[in-house]
Amino acid sequence: MQLFKRETHIDFMGKRKLAMILSILLIVVALGSIVAKGLNLGIDFTGGTLVEVGFPAAVELPSVREKLSAEGFGDAVVQHFGTSRDVLIRLAPQEDVESAELSDHAFSAMQGLESSADLRRVEFVGPQVGDELTEDGGLAMLYALIGILIYVGLRFEYRFAVGAVIALIHDVIITIGIFSLFQVEFDLPVLAAVLAVIGYSLNDTIVVYDRIRENFRKIRKGDSKTIINSSLNQTLSRTLVTSMTTLLVLLSLFFFGGEIIHGFALALIVGVVVGTYSSIYVAGSAILMMGVSKADLMPVKKEDETADEMP
Amino acid sequence: MNRYPLWKNLLVAVVVLLGGLYALPNIFDQDPSMEVSAQRDAVIDLATQTRVEAALQKSGISSKGMSINNGKLLVRFTTSEDQLKAMDPIAAALGENYTQALTLLPDLPGWLSGLGAEPMYLGLDLRGGIHVLIDVDMEAALEQALERYSSDIRTLLRGEKVRYVRIGREGEAVIVKFNNAVKRDEASEIIGEEFRSLVMEDLDQGEDFLVKASLSPSDSREVKKFALQQNITTLRNRVNALGVSEPLIQQQGDRRIVVQLPGVQDPAKVKDLIGATATLEYRLADTEHSVEDAVNGRVPPGSRLYRERDGQPVLLKKQVIVTGDQIVDASSGFDQRSGQPSVSVSLDGIGAKRMRRMTNENVGKPMAVVFIENRTTTRMVNGQPEKVRSKVEEVISIANILEPFGRRFQTTGLDSTEEAHDLALLLRAGALAAPIEIVEERTIGPSLGQENIDQGFQSVMIGLALVMVFMAVYYRVFGLVADLALAMNLILVVALLSLLQATLTLPGIAGIVLTVGMAVDANVLIFERIREEIKNGSTPQASIQAGYEKAFSTIIDANVTTLIAAIVLFSFGTGPIKGFAITLALGILTSMFTAIVGTRAVINLIYGRKRVKSLAV
Repeated sequence: MQLFKRETHIDFMGKRKLAMILSILLIVVALGSIVAKGLNLGIDFTGGTLVEVGFPAAVELPSVREKLSAEGFGDAVVQHFGTSRDVLIRLAPQEDVESAELSDHAFSAMQGLESSADLRRVEFVGPQVGDELTEDGGLAMLYALIGILIYVGLRFEYRFAVGAVIALIHDVIITIGIFSLFQVEFDLPVLAAVLAVIGYSLNDTIVVYDRIRENFRKIRKGDSKTIINSSLNQTLSRTLVTSMTTLLVLLSLFFFGGEIIHGFALALIVGVVVGTYSSIYVAGSAILMMGVSKADLMPVKKEDETADEMP
Repeated sequence: MNRYPLWKNLLVAVVVLLGGLYALPNIFDQDPSMEVSAQRDAVIDLATQTRVEAALQKSGISSKGMSINNGKLLVRFTTSEDQLKAMDPIAAALGENYTQALTLLPDLPGWLSGLGAEPMYLGLDLRGGIHVLIDVDMEAALEQALERYSSDIRTLLRGEKVRYVRIGREGEAVIVKFNNAVKRDEASEIIGEEFRSLVMEDLDQGEDFLVKASLSPSDSREVKKFALQQNITTLRNRVNALGVSEPLIQQQGDRRIVVQLPGVQDPAKVKDLIGATATLEYRLADTEHSVEDAVNGRVPPGSRLYRERDGQPVLLKKQVIVTGDQIVDASSGFDQRSGQPSVSVSLDGIGAKRMRRMTNENVGKPMAVVFIENRTTTRMVNGQPEKVRSKVEEVISIANILEPFGRRFQTTGLDSTEEAHDLALLLRAGALAAPIEIVEERTIGPSLGQENIDQGFQSVMIGLALVMVFMAVYYRVFGLVADLALAMNLILVVALLSLLQATLTLPGIAGIVLTVGMAVDANVLIFERIREEIKNGSTPQASIQAGYEKAFSTIIDANVTTLIAAIVLFSFGTGPIKGFAITLALGILTSMFTAIVGTRAVINLIYGRKRVKSLAV
């Protein structure tokens, strides 16, 4: 079976203006949302306390709220998690109670409501830890980008490295933007997923660049635009097949992996889709705009080496 | 012709065999078990085993087997009900000097465990348990060190009869003030001689002649290191006393300690024990002055007003007889005379000497035990984290000194046996060097842990099945070969995780799922190349050869960059994220082997030895 019966000759670079407008539009919306709405940060970053309690039967949220405010947790945020038997409680810090002990009080309140309530999960993150994590997360992303910049710069050429990083930043901003736009909770696993998106999207871009480099060296005639276009066409079915297999497993993770892993799977799904698009349109246009030409990629040959090869 | 040299085929065969072997332990069931370990001078031997056997027989509980391993007695049960039921009879049979912990043991055949094969080490989010991150207050540790120095300097100068005006602390230094330069210089020399690690500085400020003694950078590093070490030791003692199998207590960064306790059911108790720093002080009661006057604000100098647990005011002498860090051992029990719960305490040499002198001089007078608990919390004040330290001091017992005593004695006046037990535990663990605070907690209940395992396993299997079907349909024979490699890759990842005993977490499982999706990428690259070569008119054999060769550098480049992302993730991440990074990195490495070398070996076997007209790709 093949995706395309015949060789494709899609003029990707001819539509690069259109793609650029689309990309810029997406980035503006993403950044706008991040600035205006911000991210719905999880307690990993904000600090706070979260308790997940399992009940033997479906439980009404108002009764949970009532019980909690009777025990002095008037400002607790309560919601169902996954099923109606699961309740997620977010607690604000209290004046005279040690933060690490809040969860114990809340859980014993829930046991007062239903004696066989089951403590499924507690997450408490102190404010100092949350701040550090936010900082470390930002730094990690920066280090990953720098590491990639250096590797691609060494293996290809600096313009490819810049192009790859532009594509990555494009993907990261749009992925985070979608989390902001729909106010999906952004927690530690989601941050990890965004870093994995960097890895994945780069994987795609590198494959495309590899072919571009090969074709620049092989094809004697044709300008940069034609060569980039035919490289994109040659790698098109690979790009789509790999994205497809990755999406298949991610969908499996999203639907069967459980509630906790939802955000993580979602970030990767968005990242893979955007990454596939960017490795075709953004990465290619970026190097074309920076004016990569055949001469830049010809392997440097020593003069006497060529003489030796002559019989 | 495409043929692999024999060594390459052998390599593939050996890797497959070893991978299968070391992944194997993961499919065996785990027995609910109990781990019995000895405390202090108790030992585990065959006699212990016989006692446990007898106790189980008496209660009608059958065990699946028993063994002694690394000084621990492991008892296996068929059901977790039996495991729970066995808790009390075993505790009764062995007494206080043994602790029991519930755990799971893999039911491996002997030859497999003989090879060192073990199942994967599951993270807390999969097996359930408590993770706490503890922050050691280094500023307080430094303060305490300076406090010690200033009191030592005071004693030294008095002993040498050098008169000073004042000794105080200022920032990270001790300042001693003198009347004139001569005395100052003299003192400066004496102090410098005695405490070589202090950095001495002489300052003249108008009429004042000062010596500034500050901690050298290496000294303050040493203080911090010591504070961290002592806290880790203390935490280890406390945790061991809790009876948890496979506890993890580890330094993280330069001021944090991670404590992970798998399978613990009662987070409240753990936090109470870990978070509190408790110590005792023994003081004489002030019987010469009136308590009422003190309550009304006229506290006599040399005394201080305390309260008992029921709120009753007591007047105690300021002078401390013995403090908590002079306690070497403590155990709970019952007072022989009154039958009340009690804690018997042993003191070190200095403490014993002082206790003997004081009790000798004060027979018949009341002595009080003051329980001091330090807690630290961080609150947000105007958006800034601010540390609040609170100190609870209460008199837990007050009793007349009946006779002089020294090294060993008893404290009574506790509310319950439980309290006596906990107090003994706190005392035995000793005084902590610096205040600590819990800054992060993650607890996963056992039901959620099992659910995470089930859902994780399910999503891996469904994802794998989808990709396999897709590949088989899309690339036919070559797709099936890629499927074989994919399954092999999964087995290799599991084998490596088991072998390295790296922690498998829920994000780790997600990493495996992601690798399944991405591992076929190498094969997709190769197969697409082969198709291209065929389209360009190459022969089938040449196409295979060229396909593998041309895709190789692309695969390496693409995977190295993903590896960079995985390494960054690993170095920055905490527990669960590290798990994701590990499986992602391992998956990338093994997939390069299975997708390039592995599939080539199989393709060569299928097509390599004969003339082929067309390839099913």
